[in-house]
Amino acid sequence: MIVVQLFLEFALLSFVAFGGATALLPEMHRVVVENHHWLNDTTFTHLYAIAQAAPGPNVLVVTLIGWEVAGLAGALAATLAMCLPMSVLIYLLIDRWESFAGKRWQKAISIGVSPLAVGLIFSGATLIAQAAQFGWAAWLLVAATVAANLRFKLHPLWYIGAGALLGLLGLI
Amino acid sequence: MSAEEFNAQLGLCQFLPGPNVVNLAVVVGKRYQGWAGAIVAPVGLLAGPLAIVLLLAMIYDAVGDMPVAQGILRGITAVGCGLLFAMAWRMGASLRDKRYFLPFTVMVVAAIAWLRWPMPAVMLGGLAASGAVAYWRLGKK
Repeated sequence: MIVVQLFLEFALLSFVAFGGATALLPEMHRVVVENHHWLNDTTFTHLYAIAQAAPGPNVLVVTLIGWEVAGLAGALAATLAMCLPMSVLIYLLIDRWESFAGKRWQKAISIGVSPLAVGLIFSGATLIAQAAQFGWAAWLLVAATVAANLRFKLHPLWYIGAGALLGLLGLI
Repeated sequence: MSAEEFNAQLGLCQFLPGPNVVNLAVVVGKRYQGWAGAIVAPVGLLAGPLAIVLLLAMIYDAVGDMPVAQGILRGITAVGCGLLFAMAWRMGASLRDKRYFLPFTVMVVAAIAWLRWPMPAVMLGGLAASGAVAYWRLGKK
């Protein structure tokens, strides 16, 4: 039953995932941790960390959540729920949407979505910080990552490697 | 497919809800092989990374309780959180007409992160309001 519930909850969310799966972090946390108590805060943040370190698109954090909630069936159900509804919709509507290219209302929607996506991703970051209960060392690392990432063009894996090393040394 | 066409499709998929890469794979797959392509392209794209992530999940189940693993994951979480803040900052900085649109960003953060309102309602309301402002701004130019 959990698998079905997981599928339905995530499928609903997939329709408002402006900004990708990352934008859904606060809402997935609400469903999985706060409402259903399928996972605790620590596990949730760990899964986010694993998804960050893993190669591949960031939607796979959903796969990890599904796995921890309900094993392989959960992993597949969660991933499918996140990808399938919009994929079907896009398949059916892409040609029509393209025929509206350049229309004023179409441009308005594309422009209007961006500021919302920014807000969602910012919210996702604050949620992770809250759930992980960062100490001062972790906040320092967050700040350093932001500063370095905005200043230098390094591949994210370098930062993740550095974070893993600092964590391994027990500093975070 | 030309670079220009690809960019247009990418732009479309970035603004649509759902995982961007999957959406893009569906669009490009359909374009070349019809419905078969629209199925094969996203599945092919996700299969490898999905297998890796499941392997990592199994490793996590086995060793996740060890203090060393917990330390490493805490470090990565902090960095990942920083990368998200940086991404939000960069996306925010690239918004045009900030005076009109940044308030919507602030409202979304207040509604989602602070008030914890349900996201589907926030997004539908936000999109209607923000889209209306964009529609009005487009008319001014």
